[in-house]
Parts: sequence; structure tokens; C-alpha cells
Amino acid sequence: MALVTAPTKACAVNPLKMSQPIGAAYAFMGLRGAMPLLHGSQGCTSFGLTLFVRHFKEAIPLQTTAMSEVATVLGGYENLEQAILNIYNRTKPKIIGICSTGVTETNGDDVDAYLKLIRSNHPQLAKLPLVYVSTPDFKGAFQDGWEKAVARMVEVLVDRPSANGLWYPSKVNVLPGCHLTPGDLDELRVLLEDFGLCPSFLPDLAGSLDGHIPEEFTSTTIGGIDVDEIASMGRAGWTIAIGAQMKRAAEVMQAKTGVPFRVFERLCGLHPNDEFMMFLSEISGRPIPLKYRRQRSQLADAMLDAHFHIGGRKVAIGAEPDLLFDLSGMLHDMGAQVTVAVTTTQSEVIERIRTKEVLIGDLEDLEGLAKRKRCDLLITHSHGRQAAARLKVPFYRTGFPMFDRLGAGHQLSVGYRGTRNLIFDIANLVIAHREENDGPTPDRWRTAAGSPRRSGYRSSTGAAESSTV
Amino acid sequence: MSSLAATVQNIFDEPGCAKNASKSEAERRKGCTRQLQPGSAAGGCAFDGAKVALQPFTDVAHLVHGPIACEGNSWDNRGAASSGSDLWRTAFTTDLSETDIVFGGEKRLCKAIKEIIEKYDPPAIFVYQTCIPAMIGDDINAVCKAASQRFSKPVIPINSPGFVGSKNLGNKLAGEALLDYVIGTREPDYTTPYDINLIGEYNLSGELWQVKPLLDELGVRILCCISGDGKYREVASSHRARAAMLVCSKSMVNVARKMEQRYGIPFFEGSFYGIQDSSESLRQLARLLVERGAPTDLLGRTEAVIAREEARAWAAIEPYKPRFEGKKALLMTGGVKSWSVVAALQEAGLELVGTSVKKSTREDKERIKELMGQDAHMIEDMTAREMYKMLKDAKADIMLSGGKSQFVALKAAVPWLDINQERCHAYMGYVGTVKLVEEIDKSLSSPMWEQLRRPAPWEALAKEREQMQSPMAAIACDPALAETARRARKICVCKSVDLGTIEDAIYVHGLRSVAAVREHTNAGGGCCRRRIEDMFVSEPSDMRQAAE
Repeated sequence: MALVTAPTKACAVNPLKMSQPIGAAYAFMGLRGAMPLLHGSQGCTSFGLTLFVRHFKEAIPLQTTAMSEVATVLGGYENLEQAILNIYNRTKPKIIGICSTGVTETNGDDVDAYLKLIRSNHPQLAKLPLVYVSTPDFKGAFQDGWEKAVARMVEVLVDRPSANGLWYPSKVNVLPGCHLTPGDLDELRVLLEDFGLCPSFLPDLAGSLDGHIPEEFTSTTIGGIDVDEIASMGRAGWTIAIGAQMKRAAEVMQAKTGVPFRVFERLCGLHPNDEFMMFLSEISGRPIPLKYRRQRSQLADAMLDAHFHIGGRKVAIGAEPDLLFDLSGMLHDMGAQVTVAVTTTQSEVIERIRTKEVLIGDLEDLEGLAKRKRCDLLITHSHGRQAAARLKVPFYRTGFPMFDRLGAGHQLSVGYRGTRNLIFDIANLVIAHREENDGPTPDRWRTAAGSPRRSGYRSSTGAAESSTV
Repeated sequence: MSSLAATVQNIFDEPGCAKNASKSEAERRKGCTRQLQPGSAAGGCAFDGAKVALQPFTDVAHLVHGPIACEGNSWDNRGAASSGSDLWRTAFTTDLSETDIVFGGEKRLCKAIKEIIEKYDPPAIFVYQTCIPAMIGDDINAVCKAASQRFSKPVIPINSPGFVGSKNLGNKLAGEALLDYVIGTREPDYTTPYDINLIGEYNLSGELWQVKPLLDELGVRILCCISGDGKYREVASSHRARAAMLVCSKSMVNVARKMEQRYGIPFFEGSFYGIQDSSESLRQLARLLVERGAPTDLLGRTEAVIAREEARAWAAIEPYKPRFEGKKALLMTGGVKSWSVVAALQEAGLELVGTSVKKSTREDKERIKELMGQDAHMIEDMTAREMYKMLKDAKADIMLSGGKSQFVALKAAVPWLDINQERCHAYMGYVGTVKLVEEIDKSLSSPMWEQLRRPAPWEALAKEREQMQSPMAAIACDPALAETARRARKICVCKSVDLGTIEDAIYVHGLRSVAAVREHTNAGGGCCRRRIEDMFVSEPSDMRQAAE
């Protein structure tokens, strides 16, 4: 059991956290023809937009109600109405996802009531789904925004099954957490299809933010799950929720439609995927395909090859709760010590992280603790680059945002194959860093004497490596 | 009227603003209150603008008083470069929680300032106001004043909450804060007759350092750059400069004008983008300094440097000119860059098919007209879809813009070059112009585009299959039918000459020009010139088949 500590500082330095509204907007980006709309000042949207653009290197649909100081005093009804009408007329969206921000929440805008009024004043909007999520900036973090938005989508968009409605046992709902990349979703899709299952992902970022070239230029999302497909999710045989954050949405789904669910808190690592495979085999009534038996064996071999490099490492990780839980679990299984763990927001999983203490904090905390505890591997999003440079340790970028490297949308961590790739990537970073910085010299044993544990570990690594190679 | 509202009003009344000067008295009183369109707005807020303008001060701690969104979503996203401290890249925010909003955030702000001083001890702290604390009535001016006294360290309030207006307004509010609290509060260690200020220059990708060696060579000292690679001490003592150059006129014209008014520092508007503009700016700087009492030999030395650098740059660009012949560029960027880059591109021999003037002042537009001619295609506001169509229809060979519209070009498989803040290359000065030309060439000449524009093979197959069922296919399969079709289609309508006649003539005599076709057939070659030219382009083998 890890001890969870909250910050005592007044000033956050180098934030790890990002705000709720953009987490919610991110979820809406997994819907086809969607336009996420932040109800707030235009800066709220502009910052989020820049962040997504830099991460995905894609055009991002994201609009604003452009609240001015005067509008804030008078209330946001008119801005919201105008924004919805403008978007409706200009971009013909299939759905608008509305997320509140700190400004409009402080103001106390009753968006639900506004939407009712807007609908009654503008009958042309009757068929346009408008989904509203309350996401004040001053509470929670990115992951909470995603969690709330997906739960709201299920609440609003999924049809209640009729008594004589059809039911498809092979249809499976997948509710992925925001820590999965579009690449992860594609990996899972193939995996489920190989079991003869027919998955619906809510949200499906793989269709919209996987970096493809669309036939036509649209200013809404260029792919994702269709609103009609969401409506029919109540007919599925199972709901698979990935990450503890998706439990709430899965519960809403069950309460509304009766579809049973199972939460997979982790999909990175050998054991979690064994469980996942067995579950799929069970619900599909099919044996594990040969392909995955081979992939399991490949992962096992990768773990054997990489444990020399990852094992014994003192890792400092900063990530949102579900990603932190998943990655730290995998690294712990590989023999690394999760020495420092920093996260952004409360979650039920963080006290189960295999470490002594989890801090809800920022990158200054992560850097300071990593330095004090002599960590030799840093894992966090791209904002950790300054800390990594100062600490002079290998740095693995993961999570959101990843703006200074390419391929963020395709970084894999799920499944046997995804885990295998991830392990190789991290091990290679460690190897490269050692070659560049810690080459043996005749005098090295003298300087290394100061920290016997580390030098012992290093030399044993070297010995083990030479015996295997 | 609160003091912030008064400041905003004051900025809107800026006499140095060309746009403002052209307005009537009544219009001017209304200010630049162009309301943003909810649902179709783009661009940052006033806080964003203030932060962008001041963050390049490298040794200052920039503390954002607001919820996590304002700093957490935006920090470390500018490519400005520092020659010293890295403190400006460290993000500080009060990360306001619900409790702070209920009870007020002033105490937290005060504690945050204390923590920063204890841990980082910067020469100054800039405190940025955001929407929520402004709404709940946190008085950052009072907190900063108290903190300055308590810690005997400058703590400067930057009162520019996001919802007061656009990014540009924020730039100016930041300038006002500098004028009110920073500029003129210290004295420089020493002064020289060659001290200048650069105003509105942000040292993106370190591009200022491509110009600085030239200034160093001339003995001209940058007393302060507002704000690229600037230091607090420098800006505090910048009132002792002899002359100033206003680099980005849209963002900081109020600073330049008020410094002229208060401290008698003359300024001019210039740019270091492009060869001629760089030369002109150096010349102006030298002239202003000499007018303020610098030895007159500076003028001659400046001319010598200009002549040397120009010759070098022209020589470096020369080999690209034939490669750029007939290539068309579309420029989508704001403000000063539009006219200064226009000049730079034309120097390299590119043809400009359009430039955006959304952020440009009237003077900027005049300059563009001078450069591109009266019929310059100036784009006020273009939707992404229109831009995409323009590129897809190959109206331009390359687009230059900021990061946000890059995908419009890239997804249309058209070369694109980043010339805004996120770019990774420095385009300033003579060296930078050559670099820009190099980058354009690299992008234009990449063999990748041709591959990408080709459809996937199965799509080509599908298209063929479709054509098999079309009337065109029927014609192609039946020679007699093809012949009648060929004879039926008029190319030259005026003189009634058909496709078959011209094709035969081209094939039989191997014609390669419209004039030759005119000689051999009756065709006029006037209004049908384009149609005939198109026939030269089509495959000779097709024509042979057609002729046989």
C-alpha cells in the first residue's frame, strides 16, 4: 500500500497536470463529425488547441464561446447560443460536446438550462446532439475531464434497449481510458476481432487522431465512432473498461442498458494481458489464437533480454493515475524499483501502486525527489525534458503531451506486442545512455566507490550482458 | 472605471497605431471593441498575449495567478532562446483550487511569491492576472506592492486577464506594465553613444543572434531587447538608450512611442527579415544614433558591413533562383512578417499568389502593395476549407504559415514551411534569409510530394473500372466513334477548328508551340490558346493513337 500525500506548496512549479476541460474535449474528439466547444474565454481553447496540435501534429477541431469580461458579468447564455448556431451553420457537425471552464463555473452558468432554452428557441437544432459536461479548471485534472465526458456520453447518447430489442453477444463495447493512444486502440481492435468479437470503441480516437489523410477537408473530427453506433451500444454482450477511470462510465452503461462490464486496470505487462486473453476467450468461446500465443512467448523473451537493463533501475515516474498505475506495475514486474511516483489527481488505484509513497504534485517535486533518491530513469510527458537534462538520466517520454518527438499517437503499451515494444524502447534508452555517459575507464571503480549499490548493480549488469551476448 | 479598464481605453487610443489614426473621432472613442465571434474564433486571449510578450525575459520568474488551465496547458511552448538563465522556462502557477475561489486567492499568491524567492531568488517576479482571480476580486496590484516591500524585490503585476480581449491587446497591456513598473527604475552600469533598444523582438530560435554579430562589429550595443533574451536589469535601465528599433509593430508600438515621449528615445519601425529590410534597418539605426550624437563614421562603417553582407547573401541565393522560377507561394501569417517576408521571398525569385493581412496594420498593407503591386491578393480572412481548396487546385506550390494551419497544406500534399513561433529554424538577418531560401528549396524539391500525390494503385484501378462503364470508354474502344467525337469537338470556336484537325497537325508536323499550330491549321490561338497548350502536355502516345 502506497502512502498518498497531497501538496503543501502554494506555488506549483512546472506542472504535471493539465486541466479538466481539455480532457473532456479530448474525449469528444473520438466521435465522428464532432466539434468540442469550451464554454469560456478564447484563451482556454487556444491553449488546449496548441497543445493537441503539438502532440498529434494534426488539425484539431476545438471551438470557444469566446467569453469576454462583459459577457461574464451578464452570463454566458448569448455566447453559448451564438457559438452553437455558428458551429451548426458553418461546419454542420453531427454532435457538439460542450465543456465548461473555470470562468463559466465561477460565474455559475446553468448550461443545462441554457441548452433547453436554446433548443426551444431554435427548432432546427432538434436533432443535433448537444452533450454538456461540467469541467471546472480549478478541480481535478485532464483524466477527470475525460472520465466525466465519457460517462456523460453514455448517459445521453446510448439508447435504452427496448424489451424486444435485438441483442448481439459478439458485440463488445470498449471504453478506453485517456492513457491509451490511437495506436493502442487499433491494436485492441485487431485483437478483439481475432477472437471473432465486434468492438465499438467509445471514444474512438483511432479513427480521428491516428494521423491519416482524409478524402475531404472538414473542420470537425475526421473520424471516430458514429453517434448512431453509440446509440446501439446497449445491445452489446459485454463492456470492457480499460483503466480504473472508465469504471464510472461502465457502471452508467450497465445501469442504463444492463450490459455487464469488466474493468481491466492494466493492459501493459505479461500477467494483465494473460487475464485479458482468458477473458476474451471466455466471452467469445474461442481458444487463444496462435498469433497471440506466439506474441506472449515473444514478450517473455523480451523480458528476459531486457531485465538486465531495466532490472534494479530506480525509476521516477510522473503521470496521470491510470498511466502511472499501468507503467509502474509493468516496471515493477521487470524488477525495477519505482522510487518516486508523482501523479495529478486522486484515484482509487494510486494507493495500490507498488511504491512507498505517491505524491499528488508537479514536476518540481518529481525532479527534486528523483535527485535526492538518485533515480536513474525518468518517465513522464515531454515537459519533463528540462528536468531530465538537469538530472542527466535517461528519459522516456510517455503520456500527454508529447510535443517534442514524433509518433505520439502511435506509441504502444497494450497487449503482448505493445508491452514488448515498450520494454525494448525503455531498455534501449538505458543502454544508449550508458554507452554515452558511463563507459568504463581505468579509474571508474574509484569514483564509483561513493555509491556502492549503484556500482555493484552496474558491474553485474555488464557481466551478465557479456555472458548472454 | 477601474484602472484596468482605463488602461485598456488608453491603449485603444494609441496615436502610434496606424489603424487608430485612420479612424474618426467617434470611432476612436469606441476603441477596438471588435467582438469575437463565439463558435468561430481563433487565437489567444489577453493573458496569452501578455505572457508571450514578456516571457522571453530570461531571468525573471513568471508566476501565473490562476487555475491550472492557464499555465498547465501552455507552459514551455515558445521557441525563444536564452543566452543565460533558464528560469523563464520554469513554470510557476498558484494552481487555484475551489477553496481558493471561495475564500479568495490573495493569500496563496503571497505565499507563492515567498516560495519562489526562497527557492529560486530571481531578480524579479512578474505576476500574471487571469480571468478567475479577476472575477473574484483578487487585487494583484496590492499583493505585488506589499510583496515588493516585504521582500525588497521587484514583484510586478501584469494585469491582463484573458477575457479583456485579444492576444494583441495582451501584448500591449504587458508593455504598459513595463512602462509603469519597470522601465526607468535602474541605471545602467555605463552608457555609450551606441546604445539601442530593440522593442518587440522575441529571439525565436535564437534568430536575434544572427544579427547581433553585425551590431557588435559596428560597436552598437543592445542595451535592452524587449523581450527576447532580455534580462530584468536591462529592461529596468533601458530608458538610457539613444535610439530604438520597433521590430513587431503590432505588439509593442505603445512601448516605443511612450519611451520616445518620456525619455526622448527616437524609434523607427524595421525588420530583419529579408536582405533589403535588414540593410535598411541597419542604416536607420546608424542614422538615428548619429543624429543623437554618435560619431559620424558609424554611417560609413555601416555601409561597408551592408555591402559585404549583401554580396555574400546574394551570392548564396543566386543558385536557387533558377530552381524557383515559376514557383508560387502563399503566405499566411500576421503582422510584420507579411511584408518583410514578401520582400524576402521575392528576392529569391518566388512569385507570391497571396498574403494574409489579418494582423497587419494599414502601414503594413501599404508596404505589401508597394512590394506586390496594387493588385496584390491580400487575404483578410480565409477559412481552412478555402485554403485547402486553393492548395488542392495547385494555385500555390508552397504555403508559409504558422503552425495552426500547417495541416491544411500538408493534407493537401503541398509543401509547407513554418514561419511562426514554433519553427525550429532562425530566419532573421542575411544568414536567415539564405536559410529560408534553403528550406523552401528543400521542401519544394523533395521527391516525396510526387509520390504522395499519386493515388493508391487500387484507387487508380477503381477509377479505370469506372471509366470502362462510362461513355468515354465506349468511344475509346470504337475507333469510328472516336474519330467522330474528335471531329465533333471544337477547340477553336472562333474559326471552327476541331480537335481532330489540330491533333493530327501536331502529330504529323511535330508541332510544339501555339504559333506553329496557327500556321498549320486555321486555329486562331487567341481565346483557345490555353486549350491548345494543354494538348502539348498530353502524352504523345495518346495523340499518336488518336491520329492513327
